[in-house]
Amino acid sequence: MSKQIRTIEEINEKIKNGQAVVVTADELIDLVEKEGIEKVAKKVDVVTTGTFGPMCSSGAILNVGHTRPRIKIQKAWLNGINAYAGLAAVDVYLGATEMPDDDPENKVFPGEFKYGGGHVIQDLVDGKDIKLEAVSYGTDCYPRKKLSTLINLKDMNEAFLFNPRNAYQNYNVAVNTSDKTIYTYLGVLRPHLGNANYCSAGQLSPLLKDPFYKTIGIGTRIFLGGGIGYVVWNGTQYNPGVPRSENGVPKRPAGTISVVGDLKQMNSKYLKGVSFLGYGASLNVGIGVPIPILDEDILKWAAIKDAEILAPIVDYSDTYPNLKSDVIGEVSYAELKSGKIKVQNKEVPTAGLSSYPKAVEIANELKDWIKKGEFTLGKPIENLPGPESGIKFKPLNERPIKNGGK
Amino acid sequence: MTTSKRVALTFPHDQVDKPIVYHLIKDYNLSFNILKANITPEEEGKMLIEISGNEDDYRKGMDFLKKQGIMVDPEKKEVKWSKDKCTQCSACISICPVEAIAIDRNTMEISFDEEKCIACELCVKPCPPRAFEVRL
Repeated sequence: MSKQIRTIEEINEKIKNGQAVVVTADELIDLVEKEGIEKVAKKVDVVTTGTFGPMCSSGAILNVGHTRPRIKIQKAWLNGINAYAGLAAVDVYLGATEMPDDDPENKVFPGEFKYGGGHVIQDLVDGKDIKLEAVSYGTDCYPRKKLSTLINLKDMNEAFLFNPRNAYQNYNVAVNTSDKTIYTYLGVLRPHLGNANYCSAGQLSPLLKDPFYKTIGIGTRIFLGGGIGYVVWNGTQYNPGVPRSENGVPKRPAGTISVVGDLKQMNSKYLKGVSFLGYGASLNVGIGVPIPILDEDILKWAAIKDAEILAPIVDYSDTYPNLKSDVIGEVSYAELKSGKIKVQNKEVPTAGLSSYPKAVEIANELKDWIKKGEFTLGKPIENLPGPESGIKFKPLNERPIKNGGK
Repeated sequence: MTTSKRVALTFPHDQVDKPIVYHLIKDYNLSFNILKANITPEEEGKMLIEISGNEDDYRKGMDFLKKQGIMVDPEKKEVKWSKDKCTQCSACISICPVEAIAIDRNTMEISFDEEKCIACELCVKPCPPRAFEVRL
């Protein structure tokens, strides 16, 4: 571990005085190339990162307010889309991938999934009225059994995004080696390695710039969907023990974060409902994480370039659906962003599902907030567990149910 | 003077089964590239073709088509791209067969060239925010 240069408290003091030196991860790379690690570490206080891509494991917790007489909502639909209501009376959780009960889904393949939970969340943020329908069985304290009304985000008591798994540290590059087109959450994949789709902001992506989670943990304040949010836990499927390059960067999908933020602060520029042909609906989420430059190691990691970050090429026609672990090859984000990669000696065109221009926008917006003193850094109460934790992402061990499960 | 134009042809149902376009080659010395062709449920035939040849031949060829009862329209630009809806993700980039969708490799920003678009619509549904729209 290298010597500490500054503390988060010192950085926050500088932010409040409008003196903090903040650069985006893109700008940092150029700066380090010109001036070297040592000099830049002395100068730069915070590096901002950004990412904007489909993050299916997202959703919103809404408290819609009590009716008179009261209802204990047991089932709820927002614009026809089921929201989980197995909580207290008027709390519901609307998931990004939920579809209307009468959506044709994949009955006519490939389904279009035009409007799902993610789209409702976007409409809420856009200030649109949403149709709420709810039913209940009725109790002495909550006698009402039916509800049908328009609701609006501004009238809710609380509305916060609570995303169990966001901002994947690295991701698969999806290809299709079969002889028919397949429709996946990484887009339409043409047969015989017709295209390769990736999904990461690479050198701007938050967790790739702090590969060992030295600064990111529970309590880290972040840019979330255009508002302020927080890292509240490691994300689901957290997998820090994957193979890493010499520079420490994971070569497979690894860390994830669980995040929370006030929906009322958010903006549909950074929170957008999306549809994946033949797969489903989702929500594009914009996340930016500030990295405090506490020592030279942290700076060195934050300055890692696209060319030094490798992603695995995975066959989504067989390997992925059948939970096999083999990988066709590895490729850098510099190669992916060039538009063409070589897979099994074939030149394959690439496309990104994560938006790089939006990631740049987010990193810049977060930089502006910090420079203006509107955003100070949260000091993690606990850092996210590193590779030394031994945490492993396990498959489900299916066991037969005998004797009727008794 | 040679010319190269994109035209949309609409065949009435009684002409759908006749090899009319063939005469453009044989009798009018025109070459063409079929960009898109389909028969609608009403049994109308629609074809988008790029025709190249001598300007005089082109004019005569088009007159011939019209005499057969075929509607000849300059290509209608059917696919519109909404920059507003686009999230600049680039999912469309490897799908477009004619490079009407371009990406600036420095900024990774997407742009759409209506002139190059052949309205094949392949990009419409795979676009996650559905930023492409078909206009007839």
